[in-house]
Amino acid sequence: MSKSAIVTNSLSKKFGNFTAVDQISFDVKEGEIFGFLGPNGAGKSTTIRMLCTLSRPSGGSATIAGFDIVRQDSEVRKHIGLVSEKMIMYNELTARENLKLFGRLYDIPKDELNRRIDEILSLVHMEKWADKQIGTYSTGMKQRINVIRAMVNKPNILFLDEPTLGLDPQSTSEIREVIRKINVENRTTMILTTHMMVEADLLCNRIGIIDHGKIVALDTPANLKKMASGTDVAIHEFDIPNLNNAMISAIKAVGGVSSIVQESETRIKVRSGGDSFDSILDTVRKCGGKVKEVKSLEPTLEDVFLRITGREVRDSVSDTVKINHQGGPRHGPMGGGGGSKRGR
Amino acid sequence: MGASSIIRHSAWICWKDLTEFSRSKLRLVMLILMPLFMMVMVGFIFPSGGSISDQPVAISMQDVEQSVTNPLTGNTTTYWMGDTFVTQLEAINNETGMMTLSTSPGFDDIKAQIQDGKLSGGIIIPGNFTSDILAGRQGAITVITDQSNPQVSQMMQAVLSKTIEAMGTYFARMNVNRTYGVDFNSTVAVIQPYSVQFQGIMPGEPNYFQFVAPGIIGMTVMMSLMTGLPHAISYEKDIGTLDGMLVAPINRLSIILGKVLAQTARGLIQAAIVITLAILLFGVTIQGNILLVVGIILLSVFSFVGLGILITSFTEKEETATMVMMTLMFPMMFLSGVFFPIQQMPWYMQDVAHALPLTYATTALRKVMVLGAGISSIWIEATVLFAFGVVFLAIAVPMFKKAMSR
Ligand SMILES: Nc1ncnc2c1ncn2[C@@H]1O[C@H](COP(=O)(O)OP(=O)(O)OP(=O)(O)O)[C@@H](O)[C@H]1O
Ligand SMILES: [Mg+2]
Repeated sequence: MSKSAIVTNSLSKKFGNFTAVDQISFDVKEGEIFGFLGPNGAGKSTTIRMLCTLSRPSGGSATIAGFDIVRQDSEVRKHIGLVSEKMIMYNELTARENLKLFGRLYDIPKDELNRRIDEILSLVHMEKWADKQIGTYSTGMKQRINVIRAMVNKPNILFLDEPTLGLDPQSTSEIREVIRKINVENRTTMILTTHMMVEADLLCNRIGIIDHGKIVALDTPANLKKMASGTDVAIHEFDIPNLNNAMISAIKAVGGVSSIVQESETRIKVRSGGDSFDSILDTVRKCGGKVKEVKSLEPTLEDVFLRITGREVRDSVSDTVKINHQGGPRHGPMGGGGGSKRGR
Repeated sequence: MGASSIIRHSAWICWKDLTEFSRSKLRLVMLILMPLFMMVMVGFIFPSGGSISDQPVAISMQDVEQSVTNPLTGNTTTYWMGDTFVTQLEAINNETGMMTLSTSPGFDDIKAQIQDGKLSGGIIIPGNFTSDILAGRQGAITVITDQSNPQVSQMMQAVLSKTIEAMGTYFARMNVNRTYGVDFNSTVAVIQPYSVQFQGIMPGEPNYFQFVAPGIIGMTVMMSLMTGLPHAISYEKDIGTLDGMLVAPINRLSIILGKVLAQTARGLIQAAIVITLAILLFGVTIQGNILLVVGIILLSVFSFVGLGILITSFTEKEETATMVMMTLMFPMMFLSGVFFPIQQMPWYMQDVAHALPLTYATTALRKVMVLGAGISSIWIEATVLFAFGVVFLAIAVPMFKKAMSR
């Protein structure tokens, strides 16, 4: 790829003694969708806020479109758009009025702005609703307007902080579609944060995994997955109707098992060295377990995360990470939907 | 980024705020209800003289007639001073309507009735009233008052002293008439060669609303800037929309200026509502030039803006902003002569009052609205308000820029 749209150099942010972002360095190429993947409190939003000139870094530096985020902040602002965690919209105003307000703050001439507004409204198929107050919209509709609002000034670089948080599956896929479309049609560089593996996998060219303020892995989704699977690692999902804690502990003790995730009452996902599969089955039988089904799984980004943070953060090879099971097994160990955090 | 773009951007932010405001029914209703409540409330809790009426007062008449025979002429005259007193009292009370008079057998009955809340006070005319006076001693009337209601006792004192004065005058006139043969109708000039008449410099009865309306206008304007402004900003900070303006390539001053314009508009609308209500419902008249009133209101806005911005920049969260505002506003409200004249306060409190911009706004508004003063009479207040504005803005603007630049 070509030039870098975003370059960060040991960028840090401290709140008092607490380090929220710890010397992170990465590049985002022009036209790329870069994913920031991490659990709650990892420092994703803090990083985005620093890059958007909303929060002053405590250390390090960064440039956006070649401009320094501290010294040339007003230049930076001309090139960016922000879809924040909280919706940036006024409920008493209509969609068109909201877009008009922000367009005017970017000094877009009236006629051009009107054309632009129609264009982005049609991008999300919201023309019919344009003159209704935002307060009357559903969350999904609000978020569509919230996303295009950040596009009103045709930014080269778009920041999206958890753009699908709190949306239902249909709205989620619509928003993802819009994001992809914006990226393809305008070659807009994007940084997107998420705690959902699927989302990062589906949308991003490259992913930075961030945990406790540090980037712990950074690569393309494919490479990250390769890294998780390795040669001698297998991931199996067991369905054991009479699963119990004693059984889990026994499996944990089997040589070669690196982690167990209990996904539901009866299902566990076991990562292990290539030749431990037989021993695991034996152990389950010895404990009186009846195996109803075994699936061999492709490694997902979730496994990448588990492998990286599970080892480094929890510092234990066979630690059971209990997850809050929601949706399919791909909805990673970092928790499910995360609830609705969006205001308004 | 020149001044013109700051103004352009702030105009759009102001447009946004006012549009939001005009579409919120609750806020529109509050816009009218707040000043109305304020006026009605202060009207009731600070009663003017005229508001005391029909207080039940009992008279216990124990005095009896005395006949006196003139030893020289042999004529017998009958005196009943107690009755004369009551006649005078009734005459005065008919004019003012303050009391509803009844009769009572004596002290114990009056006391019991006051305790029951049936009476506000009682008057006892003792049995030896007439004879004492005739014998050259002073007649003693006992007034019993409800100590839990100081206003009523004050009123009764005033009415009684007026009655006694009237009675004294009456007897004096009789004596002058008899002794010197002066025509009874001309006797007043002999006894009271001069009289005092009270007259305000403006026509019309003085009324409490007249006094309080300018104060409430000043207070309303102060509130919309001191509470409205920090609230408007910290609210947007809390819900996250402020970030939308902060990532836009606009000067930070546009944000605060836009909010100030919107709050000023709101304050002016509210002031207009207060004035309208005061005129239509409470019989207030504006003696001076209405344009001068508007001018003072704008100047007051200017003097409060800096303070509002200062609070805004000091406060991170909406709650803190509200708390700081309340702490500042209450003393300002009560010490600035909105509800009662600062001249009635002890000197050290007056000093405090003179350090508050609202005092000058209220004084200037009152001078123009009540006394019909012109610019020449309020230039001191105007200058002080302007100075307050300049000083606070000089402190607040850099503070705000600093607070906004993370
Ligand atoms: N203004 C602040 N003052 C103090 N601490 C803060 C502040 N903002 C964030 N933090 C802390 O910094 C850490 C990182 O927060 P951040 O919001 O960046 O996390 P995140 O990765 O966006 O998580 P989430 O998924 O919850 O949005 C958290 O522990 C948070 O408590
Ligand atoms: Mg976040």
